[in-house]
Amino acid sequence: MSEWWTYTLSDLLMFSTATYFRLFELQNLALWPIQVLALAVGSALLACLWHGGAKAGRTAAVLLALAWLHVAWRYFAQRYATIHTGAPYFAIGFALQSVLLFWLACRPQGARLIRPIGSLGKLALGIALLALIGYPMLAPLGGRPWTQYELFALAPDPTVAFTLAALLLWRAHWTLWIVPLLWCFISSATLMELHSAQAWVLLVLALPALGARWLAATRAHS
Amino acid sequence: MDGISNKRRMLAGAVLASGGYAFSKPLLAAPGALLTRPIPSSGERLPVVGLGSWITFNVGDDPAARAHCTEVVRAFFAGGGRLIDSSPMYGSAQAVIGHALAQLKHPPGLFAADKVWIGSGARGPAQVDASRALWGVPRFDLLQVHNLLAWEAHLRTLQGMKAAGRLRYVGITTSEGRRHDELVRIMQTQPLDFIQVSYNVLDREVERRILPLARERKIAVIVNRPFRQGELTQALAGQALPGWAAEIGCSSWAQVLLKFIASHPDVTCAIPATSKPAHALDNMLAARGPLPDTALRRRIVADVERRT
Repeated sequence: MSEWWTYTLSDLLMFSTATYFRLFELQNLALWPIQVLALAVGSALLACLWHGGAKAGRTAAVLLALAWLHVAWRYFAQRYATIHTGAPYFAIGFALQSVLLFWLACRPQGARLIRPIGSLGKLALGIALLALIGYPMLAPLGGRPWTQYELFALAPDPTVAFTLAALLLWRAHWTLWIVPLLWCFISSATLMELHSAQAWVLLVLALPALGARWLAATRAHS
Repeated sequence: MDGISNKRRMLAGAVLASGGYAFSKPLLAAPGALLTRPIPSSGERLPVVGLGSWITFNVGDDPAARAHCTEVVRAFFAGGGRLIDSSPMYGSAQAVIGHALAQLKHPPGLFAADKVWIGSGARGPAQVDASRALWGVPRFDLLQVHNLLAWEAHLRTLQGMKAAGRLRYVGITTSEGRRHDELVRIMQTQPLDFIQVSYNVLDREVERRILPLARERKIAVIVNRPFRQGELTQALAGQALPGWAAEIGCSSWAQVLLKFIASHPDVTCAIPATSKPAHALDNMLAARGPLPDTALRRRIVADVERRT
């Protein structure tokens, strides 16, 4: 359709900032007490990243794959789709990333995590901690009701942020970075259009992760 | 503030405080008769202020937000409103309007205006049926081709529906000044009852070609983005109304902005969107009382340009 060029992001975002963040509140209310399980899974993932190795790496890949699938289904397909016509496509993207993570878990040695030592390890653990603990605090810090918290495995942004940390420690192939980085761009653009102060958070986490991955790849080849 | 404005504000407050509105007799009849304009192709008259649903009514299945939107629609009808406009592009807005209309037991006088927005001409009728089901109305009064998307095919469909008595009016829309050259060509060559364009105190490009052509071709004009998506009302918020606002019975900047649009003789109806019942009532007050003359219109432009 040649007419698509006439649309801008602001034309396609047909909801208000209040409606967007209210989605998280509705989801949190509807899914309670699954948040307890999500925090347990997140803590287990954090332990996997800390421990390192092939077995922990495989476990992490499986848990993250489940988290991506859960977000695709419960958030994008069931929640975001009620206000955004593009949400089903986002659901497909997240389901695709879930498949890639399962594939990673199945590859012999493919999901081996490096020990989180040195600056790369600290960066990865820092991003993971922020994804798990920092993200839920953005709602009250941004002046929104705390009930609108965004939690790992329930909301897309903290799930993607956590995945960036794992991708770093897996030294994952660039294929696994595509969907998370695309979402970083989409989410930041959306939040900027909604004039949200947290628009930069995901980009601020993604850029150093991307830089560290690029540096690691450069060193491996030299 | 003048007596009339105080009276309007008190009346609006009383209506909102009562929490209920009568549909048969608009409660805000006191400040003057409802200003209406004829649809040129039929002579049917419409209030000069309608209700848009872009962004504000896309609240998904949130029960609290849906109840709030119902109150907006209730206030709109209480103020004498008739035309509600939506689109399949607006997410859940059509379903939320349908919910509100059902809650309010389908207020009489509704003028249901929707759009067809799909790249495939063949899928247009199915989309119209789906939209109608969401609204819960037996038929639409007006269907418009949204943003000129696949307009040739959709106009054929809509004209066919009109000829079969399943639709009363056919239109086409654009927004934010896009594709005006193409809109002009369509207006010159196609039989249209309505066009919908963006027009406000600061964005007046349509005054040059589109509005005169609409008059010449006897096409009704619906105006979207009257507040520039809230940008104008936010910029003017907190600024005292100039003395001339009292001359046209305005007690808010929103009313001034709407009266500026409604005072253009070629405009049929402006469709501000709001998520607040009080604002819906306030907007409807712009459809009553005197309108600015040419000299005051110039002054409004100058004042708003200076303040924003």
